[in-house]
Amino acid sequence: MKYAAKRIAMLLVTMVIVSLLAFVAFDLISGDPATAMLGTAATPEKVAALRAELGLDRPLLVRYGEWLVGFFTGNLGISYSYGQPVWELISSKVLVTLVLSLMSFVLIVAVSIPLGLRSAVGGGKLEGVRDGVRTVINQLCMAVPPFFTGILLSWLFGTVLHWFIHGQFPGFAHDPLGSLGYLLFAAISLAIPRIAMTTRMLRGTIREELQKDYVRTAISRGNDRKGVLRRHVLKNSLVVTVTFLAQTMAEIVAGSIVVEQVFAIPGLGRMLVASISSRDYPTVQAIVVILAFWVVLAGTVADLINQRIDPRLRLGGRPV
Amino acid sequence: MKRKQRNGYLLAGGILAGFLAAVILLGLFWTPYDPAAMSVGPKLAGPSLLHPMGTDNFGRDILSRVMQGAGTTCTIALATVAIGAVAGTLIGALTGYFGGLVDEVLMRVGDALTAFPSILLALVVISLLGPGKKYNVVVALGLVFIPSFARVTRTAFASLRDVNYVKSARLMGASPWRILVVHMLPNTTSVLLPALTIGFNNAVLAEASMSFLGIGVTPPDASLGYMLSEAQSMLTTAPWYAVATGGTIVLLVFSVGLLGEGLQRRDKGVA
Repeated sequence: MKYAAKRIAMLLVTMVIVSLLAFVAFDLISGDPATAMLGTAATPEKVAALRAELGLDRPLLVRYGEWLVGFFTGNLGISYSYGQPVWELISSKVLVTLVLSLMSFVLIVAVSIPLGLRSAVGGGKLEGVRDGVRTVINQLCMAVPPFFTGILLSWLFGTVLHWFIHGQFPGFAHDPLGSLGYLLFAAISLAIPRIAMTTRMLRGTIREELQKDYVRTAISRGNDRKGVLRRHVLKNSLVVTVTFLAQTMAEIVAGSIVVEQVFAIPGLGRMLVASISSRDYPTVQAIVVILAFWVVLAGTVADLINQRIDPRLRLGGRPV
Repeated sequence: MKRKQRNGYLLAGGILAGFLAAVILLGLFWTPYDPAAMSVGPKLAGPSLLHPMGTDNFGRDILSRVMQGAGTTCTIALATVAIGAVAGTLIGALTGYFGGLVDEVLMRVGDALTAFPSILLALVVISLLGPGKKYNVVVALGLVFIPSFARVTRTAFASLRDVNYVKSARLMGASPWRILVVHMLPNTTSVLLPALTIGFNNAVLAEASMSFLGIGVTPPDASLGYMLSEAQSMLTTAPWYAVATGGTIVLLVFSVGLLGEGLQRRDKGVA
């Protein structure tokens, strides 16, 4: 419990630091939003009035504090390009990206764990050949960028087979099943390279664990291989795996930015790209902070799971 | 048996990467047609002898465009890796060798940064620097890659710190600089070389993603990522365009990936 409390406190501190950095960076770079919003109609008086109205004439830290409070109460400021509250623009998109990421994550876990286990335990006469084939397929899958897979999938299933209409995301409120189906193709293209990486990581970790003295001892004392694998090796490989999967979750969220663009999915990533191009800083800032929180949260959850698995971590030690 | 197998990855990767490098280098000086010239052939023609990868909707030769685009992508990737590797190795070497508080702090910051996906960080840096400029892509990605290189080299240098030959060099009065560069650096190549190949691949994929999104390289410069976004819009009329550009990215990353695999296996000595 003490550990969990400490870890959650750390999470909050990290979130504050991350959001402060984002706030300061975008504040420095975005110049004067009042001038930008008024455009050619800007006169010094009008700019000053708008600045006062937006609260820009007050110190940075005060504005950060307000922004942070606003962040948790759903008040993220006004978008420069739409003139609408940022929260209204992005609230519906958070769910889409969340579902897409989770689908992809489930795919990765469901496919790569059995694959990784099988390839790690494998042996026998043709192991050399199989290892070669596996490595080549693995490298090939890692080389395929999700947006290329996405283009091919959307061409095959959208244009040729008409399983979905590219660019017409039904929306969860309207057609939940259809929406999931639409997202599935994006989730697959996102998952392929990560499945290759996860399988490879699992294989490496388990193989390394199998070389350790305790495994040899256990087997030489008459335990059967499968039992040793299940009781000891897998348990000891779990910490590394959980950490890796947290990193994977972060990478999926980043990857969804690109894949949403390919499939024209109205999610956070697509919004982020659009607002970077139009220099809509309040929106960029809000999305960046949401995605960053997501990443930090995944890391924290992984740490909390790991300290359940490995008691050494609870006592402040490091995994061996 | 084992020996032959180990070299297989290096050999296959080397041949493939060498071939691609030759074509890309050639593309810097000569392409079959002017990559930007319109109507050098019929519009939207499939692959043929005159246009091995077909033409696009402006009648531009796709092979010429791919050659040029791959050149841009590789140049950016190489520049990015150069920034990341040089700065990262420098930081990693110094902190790994000297240790202390600076090491502790820098590694914590590095850990925090590497927890974030590189594309996300690069997007933030790009949006701060201004989207759509070639040099900003290089700067953004280069900066983002520094921590991972620093981390890898730091571990290697820290593990060599108390090795006997380093100790004796120190006893003989060699300067830290000489110890780092002459004695330690050559012994970290087993870690550095695979890290370089991985970094190159990450850079190619990251650049392609950002240009695909329209915030990396933008016209008149063409990179593979930007071309793929062009190709997506003519997917129904000229699917070969997407296959040619996407396939080039895959081949490029695959060949360098094989090289990295070969390097790693050679150095570990295990298959």
